[in-house]
Amino acid sequence: MSTDIAVPPQKQRPVGRFWASTIGKKTVMAVTGLALVAYLFAHMLGNLKIFLGAADINGYAAWLRTIGEPALPYGVFLWIARVGLIVAVVLHIVAAAQLSLRDRRARPVRYVHGRVSFATSTMRWGGATLAVYVVWHILDLTVGVANRDYVDGQPYHNIVADFSVWWVNVIYIVALLMLGLHLNHGFASAARTLGVATGTIRTVGTVVAVVITGGFLVVPIAVMTGLVA
Amino acid sequence: MKLTLRIWRQSGPRDRGRMVTYRVEDVSPDMSFLEMLDVLNQDLIMRGEQPVAFDHDCREGICGSCGVVINGRAHGPERTTTCQLHMRSFADGDVVDVEPWRAKGFPVVKDLVVDRSAFDRIIAAGGYVTAPTGSAPEAHATPVPKPDADVAFDNATCIGCGACVAACPNGSAMLFTSAKVTHLNVLPQGQPERERRVLDMVEAMDQEGFGGCTNTGECVASCPKGIPLASIANLNREFLRASR
Repeated sequence: MSTDIAVPPQKQRPVGRFWASTIGKKTVMAVTGLALVAYLFAHMLGNLKIFLGAADINGYAAWLRTIGEPALPYGVFLWIARVGLIVAVVLHIVAAAQLSLRDRRARPVRYVHGRVSFATSTMRWGGATLAVYVVWHILDLTVGVANRDYVDGQPYHNIVADFSVWWVNVIYIVALLMLGLHLNHGFASAARTLGVATGTIRTVGTVVAVVITGGFLVVPIAVMTGLVA
Repeated sequence: MKLTLRIWRQSGPRDRGRMVTYRVEDVSPDMSFLEMLDVLNQDLIMRGEQPVAFDHDCREGICGSCGVVINGRAHGPERTTTCQLHMRSFADGDVVDVEPWRAKGFPVVKDLVVDRSAFDRIIAAGGYVTAPTGSAPEAHATPVPKPDADVAFDNATCIGCGACVAACPNGSAMLFTSAKVTHLNVLPQGQPERERRVLDMVEAMDQEGFGGCTNTGECVASCPKGIPLASIANLNREFLRASR
């Protein structure tokens, strides 16, 4: 004897369903996070040009504005990149905030004998700290309003002037260490969210975090020690 | 051994609940944690008090019924079920905190007993293969590559105890759901419903109010059956594959 079993047709899954699911939001976080890591890597390499001298890094900064010429007008490539970065940052933060809220609601009654998860708390509070830092960093070295010695188009001068102030160095170094912790967990987490199952991905994430953080850190250290003046 | 226990007492779903301190004497290091609770309950019954309610069934570590959070760790200090945890893992004079699984998807029924039917609803959403049942088919009718059979079996060992949810800082049920999805999606018998299974089970998981995965690995550290974090990566991969 056999019985026919009615199998319902597969439901349509539009973008809204993807965004509504926890894994969909995590995927958005992973893709935008990895895009930001790629940007950070390029930013870090550009900063290292300071060791080649003022003409080199100032020329590099000017070149960034001429990419795509003559098809693109002056500075347009940079604005395309900036819009892309803003979209990535906004999506990353919105998804993170919604997921964090959901995660908190998933445990309405806390454990009396609780334990703090280091990775989860550094990702959330570290991430929020980084967001505040990025705003200050743009006002300091891109717009220049938070930097009295700022000269437009003179990144070498601006960087040296910036890192000659002790508290700027403190802010910068603390933010970088936060970034290192964020990347150390975030890179591997993004890879897992995108389906990478190998155990070595954590090591890769740590290497990425150390290389990017180290690459950024050598600049203020070089200014502080007088290597770059 | 003498122990001081601080146990969550809650008379029903609507009671606020509180930690209550008990002293237990004559604890043998060879007792299981549940046998130690039996000793306490016997004492409470003799004194005319309400015994502590806790879930248990096989007491062999295979049914997934038991499970409490001991000193902040799901199933206690060893990577096993609460029934297979022995009192030799504790020292004479220890203070031991005992709490129920804490998650929105696992409401407390009484004391240490929680309602885990949320897991049943996730399974009902797709944790099965639609095949005519009856007598077992001939074993060689459907060839399964050995590595696939191993992955399926490792994931099939999940007993649905809920320790992953209890241990997760986000109260996420990703390890449980990933074990079930991986178990069935890797096998030829699971292929016809491969995509619908993962989408429906993830949707059911989200609807139950469980949190999202942040890849901290707390679930794996508490899983008595050793379900690996790779299963969660596989669940994500299956979800993305089905969402295309």
